[in-house]
Amino acid sequence: MKQEGKRLIWDEYQKEIADDNYFYVRSCVRQNFFPGAEKTFLRYMKEMGRNVFENPSHTTCSGIGYHSDIVPFETAMTMVARQFALMTEAGYENFVTSCITSFGLYSEVLETWLHFPEVEEKTRVHLRNATGREFVKPKNLAHASDVTYKLRTEISDAGKYRLINQTTGAPIRVVEHIGCHYSRMFPSKGIGGAEYPYVLVGMIEEWGGEVIDYPERRHCCGFGFRQYLVKANRGYSVSASKKKFDSMRPYKPELILTNCPGCPMFLDRWQYTISEMDGTTYGENGQGIPVMTYEELAGLILGYDPWDLGLQVHQVPVESLLDKMGIPYDPEKKFLDKDGNFIGKPKSPSFLKFY
Amino acid sequence: MGALYEKLRQDIRFAEGLKACLNCGTCTAICPAAEFYNYQPRKLVDILQTRDDGKIEELLKSDTIWYCGECMSCVTRCPRNNAPGLLITALRSLSQEMGYFVESEKGRQQLAIKRTVGHWILEYGYCLYPSQISPENHPEQGPIWEWEFHNIEKVMERLGANYQKAGPGVLRAIPQEDLDEIKKIFDETGGTARFEKIEDFSRQKAEQMGIQLDDSLQNDYIKHIYTAVNKDHTSEA
Repeated sequence: MKQEGKRLIWDEYQKEIADDNYFYVRSCVRQNFFPGAEKTFLRYMKEMGRNVFENPSHTTCSGIGYHSDIVPFETAMTMVARQFALMTEAGYENFVTSCITSFGLYSEVLETWLHFPEVEEKTRVHLRNATGREFVKPKNLAHASDVTYKLRTEISDAGKYRLINQTTGAPIRVVEHIGCHYSRMFPSKGIGGAEYPYVLVGMIEEWGGEVIDYPERRHCCGFGFRQYLVKANRGYSVSASKKKFDSMRPYKPELILTNCPGCPMFLDRWQYTISEMDGTTYGENGQGIPVMTYEELAGLILGYDPWDLGLQVHQVPVESLLDKMGIPYDPEKKFLDKDGNFIGKPKSPSFLKFY
Repeated sequence: MGALYEKLRQDIRFAEGLKACLNCGTCTAICPAAEFYNYQPRKLVDILQTRDDGKIEELLKSDTIWYCGECMSCVTRCPRNNAPGLLITALRSLSQEMGYFVESEKGRQQLAIKRTVGHWILEYGYCLYPSQISPENHPEQGPIWEWEFHNIEKVMERLGANYQKAGPGVLRAIPQEDLDEIKKIFDETGGTARFEKIEDFSRQKAEQMGIQLDDSLQNDYIKHIYTAVNKDHTSEA
């Protein structure tokens, strides 16, 4: 597609994103695997003068259970309604979610209620009977990547680093990967729609990088819910990621940027798995391709310490990117605890280069 | 129109997901599951359009309905606004309702998901929980997770989490009164009933197969369904 055509699609798929006062709900996957990413989101939101509120009583939306089909739709809708009730009780109307599975589920539930008001009414009865709570639907529903997209220029203006190779002056070559449930079911809910989502592209362009197009750009990372959760099914999961890696490799990406909590974990871990299976590595000189969340990348742009962001818990080391961007880091501090004591070092993989 | 088809039609996701399919195969072309498994969403929708209860029962007892990854890529691309991914959610719900899921290798796996993710939702308030993601069951997580797993408190503290503690933050302890509310929601909305059905039908199947199953996660039946690949799921039989 010609660039002009893509721009037209992007013009068509714009969405309203609230500017301040957000009720924030966390992601199960992100909390487990990239805890520093959520911490970082709240840090830069505060620095950008935005108010983000979290109620400790919020829980999983049950989305992974719903999409692995052990949780009925009625249950998932009422779990969602409870989160909305917590937002209502706190006096907020802008709902921001860290998780893409959740974002998809919230969108699905709101859309269902829009077309079937009797289902919404039934959910209200369920919630009332179970918890005594009432709710008002959010005025604005956004994913945390939408909010970061909205602040991308402010982040850039306040930033210390850019997606530029400090040695060559060339833009860093970035592959963006969008979580399936961001906009596949409801293209109008995502910035740029489903075929050419712009949410991450906007950040990469604003922060100086070059977006790489490649054939399997829109292929799923392979989570597939039950296809990963059950050991016997994981061949599905790794195969989907491998298809993407094989497809992007000729374009020599230097970073994979993601907006879904699950995708960075899979695209990171499956690079390790594939290297152990047949020795294949996808980066330069035996390295992998670093994978990051948009919160982590925003943190790097803003000059936060890479180990405060949690980049040490990536299986594919990120040092190659830090070196290119000219970001200083202390390798001796990578595996220290909060008090500066050495925790111990993870074992090195057989093939994938590890620092 | 048979009783099974009628039950499917009562599921709002089925009613929304199936209008009139022209069998163009776009869904199959874009489907990640179709690339890996012997699976074609086009065929599945075609069977459903016959409204033939015999064929639908066969489908509900088969591995076929468990191959989809619910990525919903098909929803974006269908030129007739059908949603094979949503039809799958309705089929899987009915398969569990009727107890048909235990008749297929992939369907039987539902007990393993119920006893992990299902348990964690009610026990911790999270779909995933780090102390339960063992390197033994997750070798693909690599040495980095093994290191985290064995040093979880220190790593979480370093990264600013509030692991297992009161108040807001990453992996905070969800207050008991909130966990109680989740349980009540499950009781009120059919979540608990589904869990019980998965347990009951699985218990009967384990007995029929002569494989030991108790209430724990460490028993022969759970190990079997979590790891078994006893047929070729990837090519035409």
